[in-house]
Amino acid sequence: MKWGVLVFPGSNDDQDASWALSEVLGQEAVALWHKEPDLKGVDAIVVPGGFSYGDYLRCGAMARFSPVMQSVRSFADAGGPVVGICNGFQILCEAGLLPGALVRNRSLRFISERVKVRVENADTAFTRRCRSGEVLDIPIKHGEGCYFADEQTLDDLEARGQVLFRYVDASGEPTPEANPNGSLRSIAGVMNVRGNVFGLMPHPEHDVEAMTGGEDGRKLFRSLIDSFEQRSAATAPRSSAAEGRP
Amino acid sequence: MTAKVYVTPKRGVLDPQGKAVQHALQTLGFAEVGDVRIGKYIEIQLEEGGGESTSARVREMCEKLLANQVIEDFRFEVGT
Repeated sequence: MKWGVLVFPGSNDDQDASWALSEVLGQEAVALWHKEPDLKGVDAIVVPGGFSYGDYLRCGAMARFSPVMQSVRSFADAGGPVVGICNGFQILCEAGLLPGALVRNRSLRFISERVKVRVENADTAFTRRCRSGEVLDIPIKHGEGCYFADEQTLDDLEARGQVLFRYVDASGEPTPEANPNGSLRSIAGVMNVRGNVFGLMPHPEHDVEAMTGGEDGRKLFRSLIDSFEQRSAATAPRSSAAEGRP
Repeated sequence: MTAKVYVTPKRGVLDPQGKAVQHALQTLGFAEVGDVRIGKYIEIQLEEGGGESTSARVREMCEKLLANQVIEDFRFEVGT
């Protein structure tokens, strides 16, 4: 499976995302520079974390105007899978590919720590390697990760199963203390209605090797790889054995 | 011509910066201070043009880029 990792001026998790995909998960990963509209025939796109365009105006606000984002929009409109991590999540919200917005952490502090998130819906292309209710241990590092949307939008997200991750405590409960940034309803990651665009504040790409803290992040990438392989198998020409049947 | 654009957090959106400043002002003895909201002020120099269409253009700028209407309100003035 061929993955594209976007690179904006100010991206800083693009190399980690590429490393996780290529070195750890054995995928092909190519960098997609923000000025190039060519997506190089990739099967999935990662919008990585960082501080694209210096977080000028609002986090993610400028990135959506780059040539590559116009292509990403068409790719997503055609059903292509897109994952936005941290700043990538902010960019996808600003671009209108995901509902809501990310605002300043309630504490006003930049937070860098490991947190627990509960998988709220394991029946998606992004979470199928997880169990519903499973608690993942995963790092966050952000200053603007407080998820906000109006009440109606939040209700709709919940009703349609678009909330994929929620911040929880060790026992799996979404308590106020376990909510690191003040996100409404403890939301850590949301998916679009169609189910092919996902944004999350936690960093699965920093969570793929035991040596650096854990491997739970692999499940997210593996889920997409499974989905891709299943889709490829379904659309591949029938084998000669099948065709040979009377 | 100049457009002065004010972008503020919507009511109901947590504004921790405003809260922190509110507490700081109260700590300094300004007991009369109530809610504080912190937003942005943007000044845009514009080429001379028609009055009404200028306003429409600035509104479009706000809607498309300067404010994120999920979390922010905006208002503006166009003058010389």
